[in-house]
Amino acid sequence: MILLINTDLLVIGGGPAGMTAALKAAKRKAEVIIVERYHELGGQLTKQTHRFFGSKSEQAGTRGIDIARGLTKEIQNMSEIKVLTEATAQGYYEDKIVTVSYQNKFRKIRAKRIIIATGASEKMMLFENNDLPGVYGAGAIQTLMNLYGILPGKKVIMVGAGNIGLIVSYQLLQAGVEVKAVIEADSEIGGYLVHASKIRRTGVPIYTGHSVKSAIGESSVKGAEIIKLDENWQMITGTERFIKADTICLAVGLRPLVSLLIQADCAMVYVPELGGDVPIRDENLKTTNDQIFVAGDAAGIEEATAAMLEGEIAGLKAASEIGYLSEDVVEETRRLKRELKKLRGGPIGRKIRRGLSKVRGDDNVKKNRYSHLR
Amino acid sequence: MRITKHPILDFNRGKKITFQYKGQEITAYQGETIAAALYAAGIRVLKKSNKYKRPRGLFCAIGNCASCYMVVNGVFHVKTCITKVKEGMVVEEETEKGDIID
Ligand SMILES: Cc1cc2nc3c(=O)[nH]c(=O)nc-3n(C[C@H](O)[C@H](O)[C@H](O)COP(=O)(O)OP(=O)(O)OC[C@H]3O[C@@H](n4cnc5c(N)ncnc54)[C@H](O)[C@@H]3O)c2cc1C
Ligand code: FES
Repeated sequence: MILLINTDLLVIGGGPAGMTAALKAAKRKAEVIIVERYHELGGQLTKQTHRFFGSKSEQAGTRGIDIARGLTKEIQNMSEIKVLTEATAQGYYEDKIVTVSYQNKFRKIRAKRIIIATGASEKMMLFENNDLPGVYGAGAIQTLMNLYGILPGKKVIMVGAGNIGLIVSYQLLQAGVEVKAVIEADSEIGGYLVHASKIRRTGVPIYTGHSVKSAIGESSVKGAEIIKLDENWQMITGTERFIKADTICLAVGLRPLVSLLIQADCAMVYVPELGGDVPIRDENLKTTNDQIFVAGDAAGIEEATAAMLEGEIAGLKAASEIGYLSEDVVEETRRLKRELKKLRGGPIGRKIRRGLSKVRGDDNVKKNRYSHLR
Repeated sequence: MRITKHPILDFNRGKKITFQYKGQEITAYQGETIAAALYAAGIRVLKKSNKYKRPRGLFCAIGNCASCYMVVNGVFHVKTCITKVKEGMVVEEETEKGDIID
């Protein structure tokens, strides 16, 4: 049994960012291993049944699941890429080795370069009984419903009126589930108007300036007490209201999944615009650890087209550093960066631009949030 | 409850299999995770918290949070949301931490 596997490039996470990174490097003849925790590639895309927004001409308007299928097929046709599924990267060690639990077996991988594309995890929200079965992250509801065809419940309260909350509400309605209300703490709806009006047209109320005070139920959710908030997001006593439901769905944001990056001693900085702690990196997505790149939601919560472009940039750069040079690298990298810039231009990209301005520069490296661990 | 008709998705379910949960026989489809199969059978409580024994169920369904730990074939701390169900598996609610096995 081979315990230690050597490769040119290790890609951790097989979502859109990881998949495009692997493809880009493999097309330059680099030998690539992708480790993916789940039993298939695709990441978040495998659950997205709606047509995608985003400005990259060829992918916008395509359903997420179809983008995932296309990329997966391309990867299967590349002999340079080896895919390990049900393979979770567990740790990064000082001798630059990544340990992986692969279908319940222990493996070590040594790679010349590593691209970390682990995506994000959902944020939790504080309220009484928030651990009761029946309180789910929006992603869990999508997994149950869109991957396994299992209804999460009969009556759902959606918390969060950003794009994810609105899209998942719509997907619930499509599957025949009653959405009792969408609750949003902010005084405005955060998601795109198209999504909000789709929900409103079906008669589902969207309560802005509201939050959940507690979940009600013994062994699982029977309802929730919702409450009005003042302009400082403080609960206004006396405005409690009970809504009967068997499911509370939290769509209150995502946080980059960065534990491996912290372990690998990549300098980190807290950037609320990007969802939390993110690694400092240069414009090729290289972190402060020379072996490691980052791409996609792990670098900051954004969307799939940005994740794919970042993956491509990182994949290309990693392959060149390993020694797989090709004439078009400079031109191709420039094109990708231009596309990314275009994508982030305009008013919708403002928050991302502000966030990104905080992840570069030497000052930040000195301020590494985790330097006390060293 | 399993969805049979969906406006966009087709569910090509695998072979029917059965497994054990608390002495009960549960029907599942090959390719489903343990948590999904239990869920479809109407079981929402997967474990109890170690200290206060509060009921816990699925939360993230992608292996991030540890809210779905169960005892599977005697092994504790199995993330049932990313572990596929297999014919004849014995699945139990987890109510304590368990021991290291060799
Ligand atoms: C409801 C919803 C709707 C959305 N709609 C849109 C849209 O319309 N348009 C758009 O552009 N974007 C949309 N997005 C966002 C988009 O899906 C994400 O931005 C994108 O998937 C990020 O890609 P990624 O590759 O960085 O991460 P992910 O897709 O999250 O993939 C990360 C992968 O890494 C794996 N992984 C994590 N940790 C490990 C580990 N330790 N070892 C091995 N594998 C690991 C995970 O299993 C996962 O497969 C939506 C997201 C959601 C949730
Ligand atoms: S439900 Fe979160 S790890 Fe399984």
